Amino acid sequence: MLKKIALTVALALGVTSTAAFAAGGSGHVTDYDFSFEGPFGKFDQFQLQRGLQVYTEVCSACHGLKFVPIRTLHDAGGPGLPEDQVREYAKFWDVFDPALDDTRPATPADFFPSSALENAPDLSLMAKARAGFHGPYGTGISQLVNGMGGAEYITSLLTHYTGKEKEEAGTTLYGNETFPGGYISMAPPLSDDAVEYADGTPATVEQMSKDVAAFLMWTAEPKMMDRKRSGLIGVLFLTLLSVLLYLTNKKLWAPYKKKH
Amino acid sequence: MAGIPHDHYEPKSKIEKWVDGRLPVISLLYDTLMIPTPKNLNWMWIWGIVLAFCLALQIVTGIVLVMHYTPHVDLAFSSVEHIMRDVNGGHMIRYFHMNGASLFFIAVYAHIFRGLYYGSYKAPREITWIIGMLIYVLMMGTAFMGYVLPWGQMSFHGTAVITGLFGAIPFVGDSIQQLLLGASSVGQPALNRFFSLHYLLPFVIAGLVIVHIWAFHSTGNNNPTGVEVRRTSKEEAEKDTLPFWPYFVIKDLFALAVVMVVFMAVVGFMPNYLGHPDNYIEANPLATPAHIVPEWYFLPFYAILRAFTSEVWIVMLAEWISFGIIDAKFFGVLAMFGAIVVIALAPWLDTSSVRSGRYRPMFKWWFALLVIDFIILMWLGARPAEEPYATMSLIASAYWFAYFLVILPLLGVIEKPLAVPATIEDDFNAHYGKADDASATAAE
Repeated sequence: MLKKIALTVALALGVTSTAAFAAGGSGHVTDYDFSFEGPFGKFDQFQLQRGLQVYTEVCSACHGLKFVPIRTLHDAGGPGLPEDQVREYAKFWDVFDPALDDTRPATPADFFPSSALENAPDLSLMAKARAGFHGPYGTGISQLVNGMGGAEYITSLLTHYTGKEKEEAGTTLYGNETFPGGYISMAPPLSDDAVEYADGTPATVEQMSKDVAAFLMWTAEPKMMDRKRSGLIGVLFLTLLSVLLYLTNKKLWAPYKKKH
Repeated sequence: MAGIPHDHYEPKSKIEKWVDGRLPVISLLYDTLMIPTPKNLNWMWIWGIVLAFCLALQIVTGIVLVMHYTPHVDLAFSSVEHIMRDVNGGHMIRYFHMNGASLFFIAVYAHIFRGLYYGSYKAPREITWIIGMLIYVLMMGTAFMGYVLPWGQMSFHGTAVITGLFGAIPFVGDSIQQLLLGASSVGQPALNRFFSLHYLLPFVIAGLVIVHIWAFHSTGNNNPTGVEVRRTSKEEAEKDTLPFWPYFVIKDLFALAVVMVVFMAVVGFMPNYLGHPDNYIEANPLATPAHIVPEWYFLPFYAILRAFTSEVWIVMLAEWISFGIIDAKFFGVLAMFGAIVVIALAPWLDTSSVRSGRYRPMFKWWFALLVIDFIILMWLGARPAEEPYATMSLIASAYWFAYFLVILPLLGVIEKPLAVPATIEDDFNAHYGKADDASATAAE
């Protein structure tokens, strides 16, 4: 309903989303279902934990999460790891400490490291830095129905390798249906059972891709659930206020508007 | 002042007399709030209050954001992430500020097109109109500089493009561009001065808003009929008007609340819809985004800027006449600023004796086309610079100028306007029936 209202308003005002033109995105993006979609969508805590595992065991070999404080893994509305587990997890990373002029094991107060590989982009905000949906005709209006599609873009990218390879200026590029231009320098990072999930979820490429995409949506938007709750409360109270003001206005003007 | 006759404030209590004798602030407040307002104002007259609200919202959220923001090329982006992750409620404050800019522009475009349709720019309201256009231009400057502050990819490369426009001005362009950037390229000096000006300009806007209100409080509001309030006596004026408080305050607040429902839904459920994903990538001077696209509210003028390429005959003509001083790039810049200047000149370009578009049968259609043209230009501004968009942009830009420079002046001569109601009271009663005097008095 809210989407419909927003859609009507956007159409009425002729608002064109500039978001539609992200990085020349013309590649194929599948509209996967995620638990956090829509005004009432929530993160699935266990999916975020699985995604964290995929990130830690696979992605982190090259990609960093430098804007994400490790302590936030404990936060409500996120993976929600118990504090002692967060402390244990933090030790997994080595961080450079200027005071020691040396590296030391990280604590929850530290941030995730930056990318280990120079050309690998940081993933902290990746799910917001890409839009999956652009249509129709580049207006971006479909995003009102489908959402921005950052997580869908990431999942599609990870699951739509074509298997083709080509050499360009000494680098191997890998065919990918989602990546703009059709070739990406990242080799297919996932294969079935690349990780072993503690909860017994079968680790297919699609499952791992969805889990890590959900995790990256959380790293990009850690306050999403807070925000949606604030939004809902705001919308409800403002609707109530609108009704009250409507009635006040009607009564106030009644003596002057005889016909109605 | 030939204002609308109405009751003025008389201090009654001792304290009121004491204060008002020394500083007539209560009189000022009373006369401002009780101003006689045409009672037939429709729902397009609510955008002023939305705009006032937006300005307040942007200033309040902006001041809080500044408490946590660091204007440094290495730290700006991460300080915004700090606001989003660590500051209490920071994510909401930032999203309010970000989307507040979009609401501001939605409201200002509705407000401007309202003025264009109902002839609010016509005598004696030209100064109100000009000040409004100044506010609009300052808003664009402020919004642009604010967009630079998060120091994302679009911030950085957008700044390079926009300041580059000034560089296209012959002879002095390079100096102006250097003055704007504080250096020969986008960097720390540019970020510092944009931050400073982004904080300053909203207060200049606030000052101009006061003058804007002062101006139309002197002339009285326009209204959907374009017929002036009768001013020969207080009794007659009261048949055409109702005091701003409470009738229009409550009406406007109701409209504002409805707008806020939509705004809250956008902020709560899809706060990045109107933004550009690339701005969530930290600025990198070495990697230029595939498409550099301004925020949606600049797109119509961006489309006009890009429409005039060196292959267009009028550009070639200008270049030939000016001995090459006006090249395609400079022509585009002139066209973009010209597209805003022609709106400001509307009071002198419109020759019609009738104010409101409601009674102008031909004007109505040309105006509707102008609104469609604006939306098409907005869409074109975000398309890549290639065919068929280039030709479409040229046609749409041509119509924009034709509307103001040819159609408005001609219509006043060739159009036969419909009969205009004699008074606002007649128009109001035609819609709502004549008020029952007994109940009207009871409500007072």
